[in-house]
Amino acid sequence: MKYDIIVVGGGHAGCEACLATSRLGNKTLLLTGNIKNIADMPCNPSIGGSAKGIVVREIDALGGEMGINADKSLLQIKMLNSAKGPAVQSLRAQADKIVYPENMRKTLYKQENLDIKEALVENLWIENNKIKGVILENEEKIEAKSVILTTGTYLKADILIGDTRTRKGPHGERPSNYLSENLEKLGFKIIRLKTGTPQRIDKSTIDFEKAQLEPGDLKYHTFSFDTPPLYKIEDQVPCHLIYTTEETHKIILENLHKSSMYGGLDDIQGVGPRYCPSIEDKVVRFKDKERHQLFLEPESIYYDDIYLQGFSTSMPYDVQEKMVHSLKGLENAKILKYAYAIEYDAVDPTQLKQTLETKIVENLYTAGQINGTSGYEEAACQGLLAGINASLKLQNKEPFILKRNEAYIGVLIDDLVTKGIKDPYRLLTSRAEYRLLLRSDNADFRLREYGYQVGLIDEGRYQKFIQKKEQMNKLLEELKENKITPIKEVNEYLKNIPSTPLKDGISLYDLLKRTEITIEHIKHFFPLNYSEDVFQQVEIYIKYEGYIKKTMKEASKLNDLDNKKIPENFDYDKIHNLASEAKQKLKEIRPTSVGQALRISGVNPADISVLMVYLKKEHIHE
Amino acid sequence: MNDTIVAIATAMGIGAISIIRVSGKQAISTVNSVFKGKDLTQVDSHTVHYGHILDQGKIMDEVLVSVMRAPKTFTTEDTVEINTHGGIAVTQKVLEIIIRAGARLAEPGEFTKRAFLNGRIDLLEAESVMDMIQAKSEKALELSMNALSGRVSLKIKNIRQKIKELLAAIEVNIDFPEYKDNLEITNQDIKYNIKEIEEEIHRLIEESKDGTRIKDGIQTLIIGKPNVGKSTLLNQLLEEEKAIVTNIPGTTRDIIEGTIQVGGVLLNIMDTAGIRETEDLVEKMGVEKSLKWIEKSDLILLVLDNTKPISKEELELIDKIKTKNHILIMNKVDINPALNKVDKEEMIYISAEKGTGISEIKKKIKELFSLEKLESKDLNYLTNARGIALLKECLSSILDIKEAIHQNLPIDMVEIDLKNIWNKLGEITGETYDEELLDQLFSQFCIGK
Repeated sequence: MKYDIIVVGGGHAGCEACLATSRLGNKTLLLTGNIKNIADMPCNPSIGGSAKGIVVREIDALGGEMGINADKSLLQIKMLNSAKGPAVQSLRAQADKIVYPENMRKTLYKQENLDIKEALVENLWIENNKIKGVILENEEKIEAKSVILTTGTYLKADILIGDTRTRKGPHGERPSNYLSENLEKLGFKIIRLKTGTPQRIDKSTIDFEKAQLEPGDLKYHTFSFDTPPLYKIEDQVPCHLIYTTEETHKIILENLHKSSMYGGLDDIQGVGPRYCPSIEDKVVRFKDKERHQLFLEPESIYYDDIYLQGFSTSMPYDVQEKMVHSLKGLENAKILKYAYAIEYDAVDPTQLKQTLETKIVENLYTAGQINGTSGYEEAACQGLLAGINASLKLQNKEPFILKRNEAYIGVLIDDLVTKGIKDPYRLLTSRAEYRLLLRSDNADFRLREYGYQVGLIDEGRYQKFIQKKEQMNKLLEELKENKITPIKEVNEYLKNIPSTPLKDGISLYDLLKRTEITIEHIKHFFPLNYSEDVFQQVEIYIKYEGYIKKTMKEASKLNDLDNKKIPENFDYDKIHNLASEAKQKLKEIRPTSVGQALRISGVNPADISVLMVYLKKEHIHE
Repeated sequence: MNDTIVAIATAMGIGAISIIRVSGKQAISTVNSVFKGKDLTQVDSHTVHYGHILDQGKIMDEVLVSVMRAPKTFTTEDTVEINTHGGIAVTQKVLEIIIRAGARLAEPGEFTKRAFLNGRIDLLEAESVMDMIQAKSEKALELSMNALSGRVSLKIKNIRQKIKELLAAIEVNIDFPEYKDNLEITNQDIKYNIKEIEEEIHRLIEESKDGTRIKDGIQTLIIGKPNVGKSTLLNQLLEEEKAIVTNIPGTTRDIIEGTIQVGGVLLNIMDTAGIRETEDLVEKMGVEKSLKWIEKSDLILLVLDNTKPISKEELELIDKIKTKNHILIMNKVDINPALNKVDKEEMIYISAEKGTGISEIKKKIKELFSLEKLESKDLNYLTNARGIALLKECLSSILDIKEAIHQNLPIDMVEIDLKNIWNKLGEITGETYDEELLDQLFSQFCIGK
């Protein structure tokens, strides 16, 4: 049997990748080590978070599955930073670890053009630097035109606890032992990374009275632009907040040498993520901090595990017992699963094109943790983009690349392929230069058109979006056209808000510019009949128009540079005037545009000027 | 290449005419917005116009402006060339005004680069254009390294660090909102911090003026009653140093007439008309008017006559100049002194006629303005117009921040301009790197699952 596309790995990247390719009409095979682990959430039981929640919205706008699936699996949901501006608001949900994978599995099984097979891939079938298919553990070959590797942390995975190192993946699953070595033989640079996960505690052994309640929002939210809320506000499951104690810190410091990372193991190579240090790291590095926050997060309504967020460690079991029991409310807690660290192989993402196709092997793509990222959402969006681009390439169509001012997905992929990584990459709003443009609320305005053009958004969903757009323009017009005058009733009303009374007539549009005036106030003056979404869009647009325009102006400068393309096989050795460090970096990264070239560290503006002059010279030659 | 660029096109000689070149789509309208004279957007191509460059409505310099429309220009873009008269300091000021009006300071070799990219220069020349860009950028780097004394860049780095810590504190609230132990930064915190930052930037700009003075010449006024010996003194100073004198006939009265070099310090002598024509500035214009001149100068040489009693005007002048850099000179000490003359400790006694005491004046000038002196007095300077323009842009971002705080906008909006300031200061010192802010965030705060 020959496939168009094979996706290796059934995690969050793999699910999006195989759904995208099969939906776009490619005969697709998903290979996974264990079908039961499809869309598994081996670490925290949540989807979204700062910036990540916006990525889920972007995935949804483009026609991916994560948002829809998360909406079906919520335990609770919150809008983070709701007291701040719209640019930094982002959804975060607790997702049920049984329900989420189950729903995703169902979707996959129902999907046309998609076969699913349980198997471990240990090698690639390559001819003339072009992928031909994959080779399984049992030497069986499966042919395909394109292959997408979404192997997560399973490449040469080692579980580290105290002074023991065991070759296995999350949940004790079998890792792939040879695939990364085989990739290395092909010329891929392999990097070793590390991450960790905290203990799971038996819910019935926790005294929640001693913890602080962390409920979901009292307002309905959905990740997807197309699904109504599928939960009830009052049925949301709460999380709880507790703190480490003096006793906890004492135990950690006394037993520090037993931690894998602090001498328990002397062969650690993996680089851990800066944003999620182990609890021993936190205690050591922030000595002055009296306490550290920990969250008790429910994993599922179908079983009793509580995820102890913030307590990841590689201490041996006996020390973990003491540490957990030193926490308030957890004095008698039963640990169901111990915390562990995991070390795994990843490929250097600078060896990728912006389409996530590898530069070394044609039609081979990598997405997700194999590219050095961390997080379900980061993985999912890469899977989606790799799936889309693999499909486009087979159809001889132009690649689909998102710009830094269009989507967090664009920021993430550009960062990966241009700058590479040092520690597992997590998306943060601080990584985006133009985050005012990359909001949670406008993900559909930014990306739905693309989703439609690519073919993942059907006519019905697209028309719904077009209507929203029309409604928004209509409302803007209405607000501009209608004015209020400084009559007594108006000024009385304004004074009560409180807002400055009018001296002259003012359009509703301009009135809404005032910080203290909301669309609800406007409705008092003028009956308006639109959906909440449309009101919200218009209000944000009007209130922050100045800032939005300023940011767009900045972004357009970047766009000009990004639109100046560098030919794929450009020979940098021909430019004698380039500084040698710049030349080295440019040859390594092979940027596709002048803008991307400028973002490479070690390439300075003078090098870019030289490059532009040379490109022009070449152009005249032709 | 859609933006408009500007640079000083002539070598920075002493006292000579300088040309500022502006190129790009907005070149003509940008210059026009600060030009008093004909409407440059309406004039014919390749014509020259007389007028003034305005600094916020005030006349800065008398200039000749050449307007050349695309495509028959060096860069093939709309180009304006401004001939300035006022010496280096004024030329830099004009450059700064053009930058503030919307142009961007050109990168090294950028005019030539544009000429090439627009097809103006032959293909064969491309290689040399590229060489030139690299060479010029190295030179520029070297220059800016020199221009930034260790202390200035340290000061800017300190301001940046302060902003970086503040940004990290805001960002950690945004990216890790669930960590409630981290202090929630509010607009009030920004307001408090920004006040300090504003003062420091103001101070840097102020101090940079001192630096510009050293490099570009000190506006010097020689005043005194008729026949006190002002011309003789000037001649002596010239004689002593065999310095360059440049006279630009026909320039307005309030700009540099000539430049002399005294002990390595450039003096731009203002209004030598009063000296040459032996007309008395003080008496002709009155003390009130002469104050205007005093205001404009960095150094005042007040010449008194040993043979005559001190006049009321002279006493008033001594009082008025005491806050400025000044030297009191008692001339004609070789002739019998008059009674009732003013006696001050700081007075330098000379005989311009015989040439005695001139070295004392020279010493005093060096004392007042030498570089070593400035360093030890902890005066900092930023000599390049670009640096000053960027600092001023920071100030305008501070205004935006204040306005945003006043309007009670969310902190992430207020922060946009704070980031701008941080980036601009980084442009001055050239010390930005990719993950700078994140490194700060993770070292300053404890977060993670």
